[in-house]
Amino acid sequence: MKNTELPTTERHGDNKNTDLSWQSVNNDWSNDKQILDMPWGKLMMWIFLLSDTFIFSIFLISYMSARTAAVAPWPNASEVFALTIGGHHIPLILIAIMTFILITSSGTMALAVNYAYRNEIKKTVYLMLATAALGLSFVGLQAFEWSKLIIDEGIRPWGNPFGAEQFGAAFFMITGFHGMHVSIGVIYLTVIANRIRKGYYQNKGYHIVEITGLYWHFVDLVWVFIFAFFYLW
Amino acid sequence: MYTAITDQVDESSHPKSFFYKYIWSQDHKVIAIQYSITAICVGLVALVLSGLMRLQLGFPDSFSFIDPSSYLQFVTMHGMIMVIYLLTALLLGGFGNYLIPLMIGARDMVFPFLNMLSFWTYLLSVIVLMASFFVIGGPTGAGWTLYPPASILEGAPGASNGIVLMLISLAIFIVAFTMGGLNYVTTVLQARTKGMTLMRMPLTIWGIFVATILGLLAFPALLVSAIMMLFDKLIGTSFFMPAILSLGDSVDYSGGSPILFQHLFWFFGHPEVYIVALPAFGMVSDVISTHARKNIFGYRMMVWAIVAIGGLSFVVWAHHMYVSGMNPYFGFFFATTTLIIAVPTAIKVYNWLLTLWRGNIHLTIPMLFAIGFIFTFTHGGLTGLFLGNVVVDLPLSDTYFVVAHFHMVMGVSPIMVLFAALYHWYPKITGRMLNTGLGKIHFWGTFLGTYAIYLPMHYLGFLGVPRRYFAMGETDFIPQSAQTLNAGITISAIIVGLIQLVFIFNAIWSLFKGKMAGDNPWQATTLEWQTSQTPPVHGNWGKNVPIVYRWAYDYSVPGVKDDFIPQNVPQDEVVMLEGNTGNNGENQ
Ligand code: HEM
Ligand SMILES: [Cu+2]
Repeated sequence: MKNTELPTTERHGDNKNTDLSWQSVNNDWSNDKQILDMPWGKLMMWIFLLSDTFIFSIFLISYMSARTAAVAPWPNASEVFALTIGGHHIPLILIAIMTFILITSSGTMALAVNYAYRNEIKKTVYLMLATAALGLSFVGLQAFEWSKLIIDEGIRPWGNPFGAEQFGAAFFMITGFHGMHVSIGVIYLTVIANRIRKGYYQNKGYHIVEITGLYWHFVDLVWVFIFAFFYLW
Repeated sequence: MYTAITDQVDESSHPKSFFYKYIWSQDHKVIAIQYSITAICVGLVALVLSGLMRLQLGFPDSFSFIDPSSYLQFVTMHGMIMVIYLLTALLLGGFGNYLIPLMIGARDMVFPFLNMLSFWTYLLSVIVLMASFFVIGGPTGAGWTLYPPASILEGAPGASNGIVLMLISLAIFIVAFTMGGLNYVTTVLQARTKGMTLMRMPLTIWGIFVATILGLLAFPALLVSAIMMLFDKLIGTSFFMPAILSLGDSVDYSGGSPILFQHLFWFFGHPEVYIVALPAFGMVSDVISTHARKNIFGYRMMVWAIVAIGGLSFVVWAHHMYVSGMNPYFGFFFATTTLIIAVPTAIKVYNWLLTLWRGNIHLTIPMLFAIGFIFTFTHGGLTGLFLGNVVVDLPLSDTYFVVAHFHMVMGVSPIMVLFAALYHWYPKITGRMLNTGLGKIHFWGTFLGTYAIYLPMHYLGFLGVPRRYFAMGETDFIPQSAQTLNAGITISAIIVGLIQLVFIFNAIWSLFKGKMAGDNPWQATTLEWQTSQTPPVHGNWGKNVPIVYRWAYDYSVPGVKDDFIPQNVPQDEVVMLEGNTGNNGENQ
């Protein structure tokens, strides 16, 4: 081990290395500056989301495992999740609307981040509140879906008339866990938007909007997987 | 750079009142001590439980208050407390909290408030766990692995309330761990001081860092399985429960998979072994290097071994399930990965030995425990190689051989390192030295006692004595002499348990009467020993954070006057021996 090979203190600081060779990657990571060029809170959010990804993956893998191991037949998703509107029986319509809402909310969130970095605070606040409102309507529709499944179709976590009881169990557990994430996100967005409005971040900078956005996009992304695995499989 | 590392302390941020200084403190050192004391207290509960179990095994039928159910409850609570609430909490919440900011030259964790919350949440999880001793039916007796269906069906002790509290407590613990863990990882990545490159970090930090990442990725599996089991228990879902008869009646479950739980549990459970082991590996490396006055052998190799072990630990889990029934090719795969993980592990052991080789070994108490660790760990690691092979594991599974193996490798070994660490860092934490005479009694009693307890257990395992048995009864294949051995083991266990009181006494007595330690009693190089006050105050570094000029292991550098150069001493301030010029500290 030669000490002289190790970087010296002069390399401290953000000497942005634009050269993208492996050597520079290596230098970046073995350097004494902050490893990732981002605020503490943002890195922490990324690491949290990585951990949360594991939680959702394990939920989904357990669901797949339960589905393949179940002895009773698995209910047919397009029938269970159909809605009758004006006499028409439309499969998956509700879920299509919910998905559309959530994806739209990712759009408003992205705009909010953009305006935050341009210091257009008013727009940022409105866009964040719009995102929260969209999230809230998602949760509302989910509540509607749940009550329809529970009351009209008799699906319970411990059993249902269509087949394997793991269907209801996994469905309520996983969409519930996701819905909880959305609800927390709505609260988070509202709190941050309110703080921004009051000028709390004037001197600190508006990275917080991006951090909130990371969380929100993550929750949306997870929904895409849940959607695919529950409604399309 | 977004958040520059503050060089100047903000004096106004130091709490003044007693309450904010010691109770609702956001200082990582206070939080570390709170974590440690809580963990040691529950650890003592687990120790007492192990004593009760041993009494029953050594002298069956003599203790009327231990019946088969309570025996199983003791086994379960002992195992779970030791692994999660003692070792994980003490190594990461305790030592992680104390050492990370000090060793990397930071003023605190990046989010002190979250850090404080982490401790209080941990305390809550402990309280919920302890509450299960007092509910109707008592704590769960399902074994620390909590395998369903047994764990939630009538008939298993504590199946009514105990298991629910256990699962809730685990979930709370995971939340607490996550809050702490996010802090540790971010702090290591972003808050190192000037000059502290990743490859200059002491191995302690590397061990804690990688272990924390493992925790953040492994605990989700436990969280999810706890949630699913709670649903199975409380609202009657059937994630893990097949259609089954319980006490003669068919139960209202159908179609679930108990094997799924085992996979989830061990996907957490195996990395958990390394969550405990890696910080221990790191700390023992630093203790050995400091007390042998020699640089650690193969620093880079040690770092990569930690990282490799961390990665591999996610692909070996099913070696705990050889007897659960699985495709033989899976057995082959998991046996192979298990044996591969032995390679980086063995590299570490060799490097510790080579660090000791021709070192200027000071047999201080920390060093004694560190050397003791090398023995117990090698020992437990070798039996692990046996159990990693499917054909050898099948007959030995669920016998005392397994009990002996895991106690050597993940029970005793991390405990040895914890003691080494406590003796090593106690002077920094309190400002006073622990008493050496008492320390020697503590070490020899613990080390020899450990062997007296666990060596015979390997033999019992070969005889086929099963684990988690209240009593052996009349069994043809187990000779009468096994009972004599069991009595011997029990006596050793009681002695080892009592000897821990010597340590507790020592820790309390030295707090008031111990020799003053000074700032750097072991003449160590790492930053935590370079603070200007001992114990370090809030903010750690006084006016300016230290600047790092060298790696953590400049011991016995040729030509230099002292046999150590602290990390924050620049090259031109190193004092040379008379008549020696230049070239110092640059080529060992
Ligand atoms: C003096 C120290 C200790 C003694 C005398 C002791 C004794 C025992 C005994 C008698 C059992 C039950 C064996 C059986 O009936 O199957 C047991 C189980 C166990 N112990 Fe220890 N132990 C000690 C320390 C530790 C430590 C430090 C750990 C930390 C990892 C630990 C972890 C476990 C685990 C995980 C189990 C398995 C529990 C189960 O089967 O569910 N023990 N111990
Ligand atoms: Cu394992």
